[in-house]
Amino acid sequence: MSRPEHQAPAEIVYNDTEAKKYTVNTRIQAIQADMSYRALELLNLPEDKCCYLLDIGCGSGLSSEVLEDEGHVWVGVDISPSMLEVAQERDIQGDMFLQDIGDGFGFRPGTFDGAISISVIQWLCNADKKYHNPKKRLARFFSTLYSSLARGARAVFQFYPENPDQVELIVGSAMKCGFTGGLVVDYPNSSKAKKFYLCLFAGFADDPSNSP
Amino acid sequence: MRLITHNMLQCHVKGCTKDNFPLKLEEIEIEELEAEFNADFIKSMLNRLDWKALAQTTFSLGIAQLPEEMPEELSDEMLEQLHHILLEIDITSGRMVCQGCNHVYPIRNGIPNMLLTESEV
Ligand SMILES: [Zn+2]
Repeated sequence: MSRPEHQAPAEIVYNDTEAKKYTVNTRIQAIQADMSYRALELLNLPEDKCCYLLDIGCGSGLSSEVLEDEGHVWVGVDISPSMLEVAQERDIQGDMFLQDIGDGFGFRPGTFDGAISISVIQWLCNADKKYHNPKKRLARFFSTLYSSLARGARAVFQFYPENPDQVELIVGSAMKCGFTGGLVVDYPNSSKAKKFYLCLFAGFADDPSNSP
Repeated sequence: MRLITHNMLQCHVKGCTKDNFPLKLEEIEIEELEAEFNADFIKSMLNRLDWKALAQTTFSLGIAQLPEEMPEELSDEMLEQLHHILLEIDITSGRMVCQGCNHVYPIRNGIPNMLLTESEV
C-alpha cells in the first residue's frame, strides 16, 4: 500500500468520503486511540489536573476524544475540511481550526499545557504547493509551536517517518527552534507494531532564565 | 470556537506583529453550550488570560460587563461567571479581523478558517 502522503495533499486525500470511512473504521479507531493514550502518557501532565491542550492534525477528533475523555480542554487544528466536518458531527467539545500547520500558529505565548499529534508531521516533509519549502515550513511550525507552549510543557508526536533522513530533518528542525528531547520507539523489533514518538520539551518550568 | 480560545488567538500572518490581538469579532452568531464547571481549571488559566481583551470582547458581544481590571480576589461567583464566558459561549459563525493587517478569518459552522495565502506566509 502506498503512503497516503505520496498520493496527494492531506486535504485531498481526506475528502468527504475518505473522512467518513476513516472515522467509522473500528481498526483505525482503536489504533488512533491507543497512540493518543500513549502520547498523553508521554506528555507527563500533573495527575488529575484539567489541562488546556493542543491536538495538531486532529482530523475527525479520534485523538481529541481521548484528551476529552481524560478530562482535558482541547483545541484542534486540521487542514482537511471534510475531517473537521465529521468531527463537528460527533459528540465532542473542543475548538477546531481549519489550518495548515506549515503556516505556523497564532496562539499567544505560553497558551498550552501540552500538545499531541497523531500520524501527522511526516506530511510536513512534502511540498504540496509550488511555493512550499519543507525546511521553512518545519521551522515555522516548530518555532510558533514552541512559543505557544507554556515553559516546561511537552509536545508529543506519533509519526510515520519514511526514512532516517526524514527523522533527522524533523528532529533537527525542532532542536533548532529551541526544543530539547528525542525519539521514543515502541516495539522496535516488530515491523508491524513499531511506533515512533517524538517527545519535545519547551524549556524548563523552573529555569529562571525563562521568566520574563 | 469558545471565547477562551479566542482570547489566546492572535493573527499569524507573517510579519504582522502590531495590533494583531485581539482579533476583532464581526457579524458573530453564538450558541450556548453546557460544560462542567472546574474551578481549578479556570484558576489555572487566569495568568494566561488577557483580561482587557476578554472584557472588551464580552462587552462588544453583549454577554457580560466585566470589571476593567482582573479583580485580585475572585469570588466563587466570579469564577462561575468566567467559566460560563470562557467555556459555554460558542461562536458558530461570523469573522475575525486583524486590526494590524486587516486579514479576515471567516468562521463557518463553528470553525475559523486560518489558512493563509502564499504572500502571507
Ligand atoms: Zn494581522
